[in-house]
Amino acid sequence: MDLSPIWLTLKLATITTSLLFIAGLPLAWWLAGRRSIFKTIIEAIITMPLVLPPSVLGFYLLLVFSPQQGLGKWLHDAFDIQFVFSFKGLVLASFIYSMPFMTGPIKSALQQLPASLAQASYTLGKTRWQTFKSVLLPNIKPSLLTAAVLTFAHTLGEFGVVLMIGGNIPNVTRVASIAVYDSVEQMDYAAANNYSLILFAITFMLVIGVFIFNKYQAKSPLE
Amino acid sequence: MISITIEKRLKVYRGQHVLSVDHQFAGSSITKIYGPSGAGKTTLLKIIAGLIQPEQGKITFGSQIWLDTAAGINLSPQKRMPGFVFQDYALFPNMTVAEHLAYATTDRAWTDRLLKLGKLDTLTDHKPIHLSGGQQQRLAILRALAIKPNLLLMDEPFSALDPDTKAELISELKILFKETGITVLVVSHNPQELEGWAENELYIA
Repeated sequence: MDLSPIWLTLKLATITTSLLFIAGLPLAWWLAGRRSIFKTIIEAIITMPLVLPPSVLGFYLLLVFSPQQGLGKWLHDAFDIQFVFSFKGLVLASFIYSMPFMTGPIKSALQQLPASLAQASYTLGKTRWQTFKSVLLPNIKPSLLTAAVLTFAHTLGEFGVVLMIGGNIPNVTRVASIAVYDSVEQMDYAAANNYSLILFAITFMLVIGVFIFNKYQAKSPLE
Repeated sequence: MISITIEKRLKVYRGQHVLSVDHQFAGSSITKIYGPSGAGKTTLLKIIAGLIQPEQGKITFGSQIWLDTAAGINLSPQKRMPGFVFQDYALFPNMTVAEHLAYATTDRAWTDRLLKLGKLDTLTDHKPIHLSGGQQQRLAILRALAIKPNLLLMDEPFSALDPDTKAELISELKILFKETGITVLVVSHNPQELEGWAENELYIA
């Protein structure tokens, strides 16, 4: 059995989760702050992948980053960067597609903390950053883990968006979900079953791990 | 001395209530602020601390202007640095008793004295969840005092204490306040609660 799609999937999920953790944390903090119409629009854009068919997102990413035109052509000509049919493209698509899974739980957790926690820290002379680092972040640890695991698990299961922008190139863009589809197309049900079982086992262990870590505090992994 | 002239619109059930305060609080004294629920007592403390901005007003502390909406001056809470005892204590769930005080100050001698004063010196490694309501309230008071503030704002600071603990803590605090020359504003919904302790009072309707 060719395990390269599994390793590629794990690599993609690890890179995507790491990048989203770095970018999603400040973004969620900003979103959790005072409401504004601009913020509402940004939040709506971030949330779109939850409801948009993955193929639609993949289609537009394919158009935008096509090396034949516009931004994609400019990136290719100026920096020799090509997102379409490359692993970089999968990372970019996954970053956009999984973003609400990272920002959502963190934003909700920050909003649920009493405002007086940050206020108490400010009256002790602490800056916003010191308050975030020493008071807010340590008190949303379970949500940070939930966000990271959900992002990781969601990236494992991506199909439409990665197929559209990455295609099915072995060792480059052929992730596990595409390998399952490809095996079924070729009537190789045994291989499809193997890939599916491995994906099922990994995601199940991740979700059960979150439940155990949170010591039954979360009623559902989506909280 | 603190001079306060502020106006702030408060949302209340089916309408608005205007919190209007024009008062001068004597320095190095204890003032009791009381009034009915929803009058804006907590909001007033938060405005003084810089946590809420009023529509218009001016606040001066000694010779320093903390807020002047007409001149566009509004010092942050970090610059005003009042000690603030929150009604809900606002203790940090991730920190132990010792860490709460260490977060506020690095002066170990001072924190040791505060811990003895609040009778928390044997509970330094306890997190808030493992403290009783009264112990949590005392920790909130100690944390506010840890920064050695010139102004202490206390929002219902003794509500969870039993009468004996309260009397003992109040007499200890009185000595401490006299020694440090701190100005104290205490909000209480019960006008009788601080009788004999507060030297001045302000009623907010």
